[in-house]
Amino acid sequence: MDMKQHCVKLSVQPSRGLVDEKFTVLVQNLLPGFQLTIHALHQCEDGHSWEAFAHYTANATSIVNVSQDPSLGGTYSGVEPMGLLWSLRPVPGSKTGLRLRKMNVQTPMGVTISVYQGHQKEGFLDQVLLASVVVERWYMAPGVRRVPITEGRLTATLFLPSGPGPFPGLLDLWGWGGKLVEYRAALLASHGIASMALDYLTPKETGRMVDNDYFETAYRVLEQHPQILGSRIAMLGLSFGAGVTLRMAVYSKGLKLSCAVCINGSHVQPIDGPLEQIMTYFNKNVEKTRFDEDNQLICRDLMLPIPTDPSLKVDVGRLQCPLLLVVGEDDQNWPTYESAMDMREMMERAGNSHLLTVLSYKNAGHLIQPPFTPFTRASTFKSVTIPPFTMMALWGGELVAHSRTQEDAWRKTLVFLRENLYGDMKPGALFSNL
Amino acid sequence: MSMKPLCVKLSVQPSRGLVDEKFTILVQNLLPGFQLTIHALHQCEDGHSWEAFAHYTADATGTVNVSEDPSLDGTYSGVEQMGLLWSLRPVPGSKYGLRMRKMNVQTPMVVTISVYQGHRTEGFLDQVLLASVMVERWYMAPGVQRVPITDGKLTATLFLPSGPGPFPGLLDLWGGGGKLVEYRAALLASHGIASMALDYLTPQITKETGKMVDNDYFETAYRVLEQHPQILGSRIAMLGLSFGSTVTLRMAVYSQVVKLSCAVCISGSHVQPIGGGLEQILASFSKHAYKTRLDENNQVIWRDLMLPIPTDPSLKVDMGRLQCPLLLVVGEDDQNWPTHESAMDVKEMMDQAGNSHLLTVLSYKNAGHLIEPPFMPFARASTFKTITNPPTKVMVLWGGELVAHSRAQEDAWRKTLVFLRENLYGGMKHGASFSNL
Repeated sequence: MDMKQHCVKLSVQPSRGLVDEKFTVLVQNLLPGFQLTIHALHQCEDGHSWEAFAHYTANATSIVNVSQDPSLGGTYSGVEPMGLLWSLRPVPGSKTGLRLRKMNVQTPMGVTISVYQGHQKEGFLDQVLLASVVVERWYMAPGVRRVPITEGRLTATLFLPSGPGPFPGLLDLWGWGGKLVEYRAALLASHGIASMALDYLTPKETGRMVDNDYFETAYRVLEQHPQILGSRIAMLGLSFGAGVTLRMAVYSKGLKLSCAVCINGSHVQPIDGPLEQIMTYFNKNVEKTRFDEDNQLICRDLMLPIPTDPSLKVDVGRLQCPLLLVVGEDDQNWPTYESAMDMREMMERAGNSHLLTVLSYKNAGHLIQPPFTPFTRASTFKSVTIPPFTMMALWGGELVAHSRTQEDAWRKTLVFLRENLYGDMKPGALFSNL
Repeated sequence: MSMKPLCVKLSVQPSRGLVDEKFTILVQNLLPGFQLTIHALHQCEDGHSWEAFAHYTADATGTVNVSEDPSLDGTYSGVEQMGLLWSLRPVPGSKYGLRMRKMNVQTPMVVTISVYQGHRTEGFLDQVLLASVMVERWYMAPGVQRVPITDGKLTATLFLPSGPGPFPGLLDLWGGGGKLVEYRAALLASHGIASMALDYLTPQITKETGKMVDNDYFETAYRVLEQHPQILGSRIAMLGLSFGSTVTLRMAVYSQVVKLSCAVCISGSHVQPIGGGLEQILASFSKHAYKTRLDENNQVIWRDLMLPIPTDPSLKVDMGRLQCPLLLVVGEDDQNWPTHESAMDVKEMMDQAGNSHLLTVLSYKNAGHLIEPPFMPFARASTFKTITNPPTKVMVLWGGELVAHSRAQEDAWRKTLVFLRENLYGGMKHGASFSNL
C-alpha cells in the first residue's frame, strides 16, 4: 500500500452562505469507482431531524462533485447541486405532517454534510463516517439589522439592509397560519429591500381580526422611515396574504404601491365590509372541502367556481401598479390557477393587462418558498380561527418540479422587484445587494 | 439618458469567510473610465478604527475586479486581491503603537467595504457613498467547538474540529506578552487539527502564586491532548511563536513525556540556558538588557540580547538530539529576536549531528517578527507590555516591510498547514477521516 495515507477530503463552499445561495460539495481523494453516499442532516428548532442522501460513484479522477456528477439514487437523483437541501425530509420514525420553518432568523440553519462508504439508505448513525463538515445557511446577510416594530399596535419586524440606504421598502405577508414569520423578509433585506414581516392574523387582545387600517399603519411606518424611500414600497403576499395584498393594492387610499407580488393567492373575497368577512365567506363554503385517499384536506374548491358577481372579487381592472402572480398549477389548497386566469381576463377587459406578469409552474404546489426550502406535499395546519382546529392540509406539488419552481420563482421575483423598485432612479443611487 | 438607472453594484464573495480565506470584490455598473476608491473599515474590540483604501479606474465593461485590476494608489498598489485587509492601519488621529488582535474568537471580525466616487485619500466619513457591504471574517469554521480547559491547573482553551474525529492535536504557544490568545488555535481547528491555546506566562496559577510555571505545566497540557477521546494521542504537534518557540524546542528535545510528531517555530530561537525554568530563561535575557538599542523613532530593538549565538552548549538547546521534523519560519528583518542567526546555527548543529533531514527553514526577506495568519494587518512596531513585575510599556520594533511581510504571512501559513498535514497524517490507515485540511 502507498505510504501516503488515503484520507477522504470533503469540502462545501461556501461553508457559510445565505439560504438562497448555491454551494459546491466536493469529495476528493477517493479511489476511482469508489461507491459513496453523501448525507445531509439538519436538526430544526423544534427538535425534529431531517435528512437527505444520495449515492455517487467516484470517477476516474477520484472525485465526486455534486454540481457536476449524477446521483444514482437516494432522496434525489441526477445532477442536482442543491438536492441535499431541497430533498431533506423527516428521518424515519418522525411524526407525520412536519414542515421545516425557521422562526429565529438571527442564527443560521446548521446542516451536517457527511460521506459514508457504499450506497447506504438507512441506519446512517451506525455507519462508519468517512468525512463530515458542518455548513451554515443564513437568512440575514452581514450588516442586515432586525428591528422589532411595535408602533401603532403592529406586530411586525423590520429588516433593514446593510449600508446607509435609503432603501426601497416592502410589506411581507404570509397566509392563514398566522404568526410572525420573518425568514422571507430577512432574505429580501439581504438583497437590499427594507422588508417588514407583518403578523396580521394571530388573535390580539381584542379577539377581533385587524382591518385595512392595520396595513395602512404598516405602510406608513415604512413610508416615514428615514432609511426607506417612501415612494418605493412594494407588497408581497403568499396565500391569504396575497388576497390582502390585492385588496390593499386596489382599494386602499393610504397605500401607493410600486408593485405587488402574489404567490398562490386569489382575488376572490367579499370586497365590502371588513377583512373578517373573508373568513366568514370561506367558512360558508366549507362543505366544499374534500379529502384525498390519505385523508388529507383539499381546500381549493372553497373559492370555486370563480364568482362572476363583482362584489365577490377584487376589481383588478382598477389596479395601477405592476403585478406578479406566481402560480403553482398543482396547488391543492387554493384555486390559484383559476384565479390567475380570471384576473388576466378582467385586466384584459379593463385594458391594464400590461401590468400583469404570470409565472405558472406545472406540478408545483401551494407552498412556494425561497429556494432550497425542503418540499412538503402535505403538513399539519393549525388555523387561526377561534377555536383553532388542526388538520392535515394537502398543499400539492411534486418534489423535483416544486423545488425547481422555488428557485425560478425567487430569481424572477427578485428581478421583478428590482426593476419596479429601482426603475428610473437617479444615477449613482445605491444598489449594493440585489 | 437610458431609462435603466445607474446603480453601482458592489459584491464581496464570500460575505462570510474564514479569516485565512480569500474573497473577491467586484464593483459593477460603473461608467467606463470611472474613478473610484474602495475603502475598508474595521472597528476592533478595543474600539479603535482601522482603514485601508485603494484607487481604481473602471474598465471598458464598467467593472472593477480587485483580484484582477491594479490599485493605482492608496494603502496598497498593484493587483492585490486581499490588500484591503492586510493594509488596514489605524485611522488618522489614532493612538500610536496599536496592534490588531481579536481576543473573542466566537464572533467574526466585521469589515465594511465601501465604494466612493473619485480617488480619495481621507475624510471618508464625509464623502458620498456609492455602495457599501459588510463582510464577516470568522476564526472558527462551522461546527468547531471551543472548550475551556481548567484541568491540572492549566489556563487553556481547546478547539475541536467539526466532525466525529479522531483528530491530530496541537499545542499552540504565543510569546512574551502572555495572555490566552486563541485565534490561531481556532483557525488550526478549522483546518482539522484539535488545537489548544495555552497561556503559560500569565496563567491563573501564576497570578495566584506569583510563581512561573515549569516544564510539568506543558507536560500536563500535552497529556490533556493525548488522553482526549477525540484526539489521536500519537499525533500531537507543537507550534510556538517568539518565546513560544523557546518552550517548544526545549520540550521537543528534553521532555520525557512530550513526544511530538513535529514542531513549528515561528520567529524564535534555540538560545536559552538549559536546565532551570522559565524564570532562568527570562533572567538570562534581562542580563543582556544593556544590549537593547533604540532606532531613530525611539523604538526598542531587542534582537541583540541573544547575540552573538553562544558556542557554550549549556546556553542553547541541543538541536542535534531532535527526533521529529521541525519547521522554522524566519523573518529576515526581525528586529525583536535574532531569528535568522538562530536558524543558521540550528542548521549547523543539525548538519553536524546528522539529523538535518528533519529541518525545513522558510526564510522571508523583509518580513518582521510578528508572522501571523494571512491577511492580518501588519504592525512594524507597537506598544508592548512586559510581564515583569512591575510591568513596563515600551514601543517595540518588530521589523518588516508591509508588502513583503504580508506575502510572508500568506506563504508561511500555507506551508505550515502542508507541513502539519504531512507530519500529522503521514502513514495513517486507509480511509481515515480528513475533512478540513
